[in-house]
Amino acid sequence: MKISRIAVVALILCAATGLAFSQSIELVGAGATFPAPFYTKLFDEYNKQFGVKVNYQAIGSGGGQTQLKNKTVDFGASDVVVTDEAMKSFPAPFVHIPMVAGAAVVTYNLPGSPELKLTADVVADIFLGRIKRWNDGRIVALNASVSLPNTAITVVHRSDGSGTTAVFSDYLSKVSEDWKSKVGMGQSLNWPAGVGGKGNPGVAGLVKQLPGAIGYVELIYALQNSMAYATLKNKSGNFVKASLASTSAAAMVTIPDDVTKVNLTDTEAPDGYPISTFTWILVYREQNYDNRPKAKVDGMMKLLWWITHDGQQYAEPLSYAKLPKAVVNKAEVILRSVTFGGVPVLK
Amino acid sequence: MSVLLIAIFFSLLISSRPALVANGFRFLTGSKWDPVTDTFQSLPFVIGTLLTSLVALVIATVLSLALAILMGEYFRTGPFASIMRTAVELLAGIPSVVYGFIGLFFFVPAVRLLQEAVGAPPYGVGILTSSLLLAFMILPYSASIGREMVTLVPSDLKEAALSLGATPSETVWKVTLPYARSGILGGVLLSLGRALGETMAVTMVIGNSNTLTFDILGPGNTMASLIANEFSEASGNVYLGSLIEIALLLFAISTVINIAGKIVVNRMAAV
Repeated sequence: MKISRIAVVALILCAATGLAFSQSIELVGAGATFPAPFYTKLFDEYNKQFGVKVNYQAIGSGGGQTQLKNKTVDFGASDVVVTDEAMKSFPAPFVHIPMVAGAAVVTYNLPGSPELKLTADVVADIFLGRIKRWNDGRIVALNASVSLPNTAITVVHRSDGSGTTAVFSDYLSKVSEDWKSKVGMGQSLNWPAGVGGKGNPGVAGLVKQLPGAIGYVELIYALQNSMAYATLKNKSGNFVKASLASTSAAAMVTIPDDVTKVNLTDTEAPDGYPISTFTWILVYREQNYDNRPKAKVDGMMKLLWWITHDGQQYAEPLSYAKLPKAVVNKAEVILRSVTFGGVPVLK
Repeated sequence: MSVLLIAIFFSLLISSRPALVANGFRFLTGSKWDPVTDTFQSLPFVIGTLLTSLVALVIATVLSLALAILMGEYFRTGPFASIMRTAVELLAGIPSVVYGFIGLFFFVPAVRLLQEAVGAPPYGVGILTSSLLLAFMILPYSASIGREMVTLVPSDLKEAALSLGATPSETVWKVTLPYARSGILGGVLLSLGRALGETMAVTMVIGNSNTLTFDILGPGNTMASLIANEFSEASGNVYLGSLIEIALLLFAISTVINIAGKIVVNRMAAV
């Protein structure tokens, strides 16, 4: 008798907690590591304010795409845009929603850490291994006030696949025909010169250790570790120092309706830093699949709306560049195009 | 166990199918690894893996021979012996990422001095650096097996040599070592498995350059390190499949080396 009463109580408790769980929404996402600190902060804030839990796994952009393809996550995150070609291998069409912007900077190890000015063709030829010494005429011509040593240039690149490499090589492909034909654009490349380090810390560590080294890291990483980085000449001919403002400024151009087509590298924006990029969250356009509850989809779309609007206030304290207003407007259009059973989820 | 082995082999084979089809035979003979154009050829990494392991093996053999004789012949008991033994065992338990840091802070500057001395580009990182590191990583395994082998040499053999007027060092060289030779070599070959597959520590000090090279002072890359570097961000069936194909190849190479090692050990034991 006593035992059965305990059993009944236990059953009721189980049922009650089960109900409670089914009411609260829990979302699962996976992908890019670059925006992970931003997402973690945002998801935590969102959970405090709206009680929606998000479990985000920073497994890399490629992993995020694969997980979305296998439908094991509610949303994927990627630093690079999935090409139309690659999109064909997905079970259904999906959309890219820009979340925040970032930049890559060219950092170097020179005595006294001078602030160098570089142009696109010089950067390309350094990373192609053609400019071999720091006192090369082309570097000296741009930096008359700096005394450059006769040290060999050691190129340091990322050894792991990364969105930073993607944006950097996208920039170089745009500004240098040789780079485009010999190396191209991607998260991992067939590097013509230099040594590889794993992650931003790996590259930064090698640059710090090797006199005369040059490498590229994320702007956030350079800012947090107070590293010297080059001022680059942008398409309008202005020398621009990388900063959160100049990264956002790179997006001050006419934005097409399909934001996915906007590429922030080497834009026409007069004050824009040329090696800038968006990071994206990917969700299927039609959300009614695999018996997903409507409430969950609503919760997810509200979350994405919140990130592109109120959530943007958390970007700059964490050294990410905010989405410009024009991009937010386009993001709204994309967010509204996501449907559940053919009906738009957001009004 | 053999079921598990076969299961691993087939799961690698199945997952790498898209790449096996797309890459063809050039995968084994070519030296270009370019994810941008979907060209995947494994030669630089096979050479890098074999080169690092082989150089490490040479260094480790010398060191472990010395340690085995020291611990098995001269200091078999007493406080020094137990300190040595514990130290060697502790070396085996250090995580490889910690070895990687040791490599970055000690071996990289040392190799840089050497590179400057011979006029090579002073990267510090490179194949020699990772070989040195690997040698220290496999040392605990080969040294403790070597010590066992040296202590197993029958004392009447050694006593006979000494009674015939051989000096202690002659006894070591002419009696102990020939007797324990196959065992010591076996220990080194068994520890080669760790050198072939070591990932984290190697990635940190090898320079990760995907071009084919035989220059041990320059940067290179190994198969395990390539997989660790590129797997998480690899997108596309052929790219992912090619990394799994690399794993399959590494699996095959370690199997071949293990079998070859067994044959060598058996043959030497028979002599």
